[in-house]
Amino acid sequence: MSELTNLTIAEARAKLAKGEISAVELTEAHILAMEAARDLNAFVTETPEIAMERASEADVALKKGEAGILAGIPLGIKDLFCTEGVRTTASSKILCNFIPPYESTVSSNLKKAGAVMLGKTSLDEFAMGSSNMTSAFGPVISPWKRKSNSNVQLVPGGSSGGSASAVSARIAMGATGTDTGGSIRQPASFCGIVGLKPTYGRCSRWGVVAFASSLDQAGPMTRSVKDAALMLQAMAGHDPKDSTSANVPLPDFAAAMTGDIRGLKVGIPREYRPDGLSPEIQKLWDDGIEMLKAAGAAPVEISLPHTKYALATYYIVAPAECSSNLARYDGVRYGMRVEGKTLDELYAKTRAEGFGREVRRRILIGTYVLSAGYYDAYYTKAQKVRALIAEDFRKAYETVDVILTPTCPSAAFGLGETDDDPVTMWLNDVFTVPASLAGLPGISLPTGLSSEGLPLGLQLLGRPFDEETVLRVAGVLESAADFKATPTGVEI
Amino acid sequence: MSLDKNTVKKLANLARLDLPDDELDHLAGELSNIMTFVEQLGQVNTDGVAPMTSVAHMNLPRRADEVTDGGYPERVLANAPEAMDGFYLVPKVVE
Repeated sequence: MSELTNLTIAEARAKLAKGEISAVELTEAHILAMEAARDLNAFVTETPEIAMERASEADVALKKGEAGILAGIPLGIKDLFCTEGVRTTASSKILCNFIPPYESTVSSNLKKAGAVMLGKTSLDEFAMGSSNMTSAFGPVISPWKRKSNSNVQLVPGGSSGGSASAVSARIAMGATGTDTGGSIRQPASFCGIVGLKPTYGRCSRWGVVAFASSLDQAGPMTRSVKDAALMLQAMAGHDPKDSTSANVPLPDFAAAMTGDIRGLKVGIPREYRPDGLSPEIQKLWDDGIEMLKAAGAAPVEISLPHTKYALATYYIVAPAECSSNLARYDGVRYGMRVEGKTLDELYAKTRAEGFGREVRRRILIGTYVLSAGYYDAYYTKAQKVRALIAEDFRKAYETVDVILTPTCPSAAFGLGETDDDPVTMWLNDVFTVPASLAGLPGISLPTGLSSEGLPLGLQLLGRPFDEETVLRVAGVLESAADFKATPTGVEI
Repeated sequence: MSLDKNTVKKLANLARLDLPDDELDHLAGELSNIMTFVEQLGQVNTDGVAPMTSVAHMNLPRRADEVTDGGYPERVLANAPEAMDGFYLVPKVVE
């Protein structure tokens, strides 16, 4: 493990600016780390040549004093972002040969900011999952190990599991993620890193393979809150090519981290403390509340009464949108094709062969809740409950500035330790889904360890387009928690 | 809510998924569990609540109806499993 791969983005930027290190050196160190950690299966496609080319360009720009905000910073790009000329699979067999002729807005923004792409990180197929076990390219492994048994392979969470694993294992300094119901925050919590889901509309969805369009949002995954702010700065911005991209001013996110949260009101929702919540998670949360209190913020108990209906709402809305979005994979225009005697047979064979189990299941659920006779009973009903969930948050933000909750109900689980019941797996997202339905910004940051020595994260949720307050509070919580644990094989 | 094998078969056809018979049984069980789980929404009083279609509080932006992109059929067709003369190829549809 080289010293270069342990740097945060902020530290590396300072060294690059002073000329103490070069972007080429920094990138080479990360390419070596990527090769050495292939057993984690974090990448679907490695792009070392592109990385070296961009690193050289970054060095030139740095010398000229024309460097972008992320010049020379090696990043992983979730394989859901279309990258021009580089295979983009969504970790699905149906896109195993898809080479986009265009670049997504977010990855293009990162490129413009000088970032170096190391490769495309793995995910749950079409971002549907919480474990990364549904990838058509095999599961991603977390670099973390349990104290009691280091032989058990743990999941990195999902769907942005390859990104989380790569950032945690010091393969990449940061990585892009996308979050539909918790796909940035949950893997960040499992892997002991920072994951920020911005407000819906903050980052363009153009060129991001769609799962559930009213929920999908791209965001950064990093090893510090400051790094998340820097990366978001480069990723975000209005994009006319995405009709839901918000035309709002872009603040200086890193500057928002003033370290001063005196007088801020922090909402503590009582519905996030259900019976049976693990004492470990409860303590983590209570400790977090104390830390913010010690820094001068005021905890306020709040109620978000429709919280318990969020998962059921999500599992109608998301599959409905998924079944519509994934109708485009027909074996005709791009992706794989299985031949059939008729056009209909070609469609049905291609889709049955190309989609994995979880994706097929969600397409069927979506088809069902959108079908004639059931549309109002399920889909319209879910949209109404969604409105009530969003209204809960709106009311809460009349009295509080930010909300603090655990990110997940547990630490990472082992590969194959879950049963086959999809509903059990979905419970992972119980604390992250409500804010997704409401479109709110949220961050997960590591603040403690489980009894097994595994990272646990807390989540901060903010008002729409108030990432600044979220980052400000997260920065204070990060300093107070002083989380220094590293995964197996990483020494700082 | 319980879905039987025939309903799943119908759904699979609507979704253009050619699923083997033995998988339909398993799926019927899974989908029934899921539908039972989401049934709890029936407990929520939603009288007078407008369905939320988007969290973005904005009107759909409009632009001038002008061609702003295109003119490169070869790039559009580059990923097609089968293409010829600037067209996608599919099995014969009209006899």
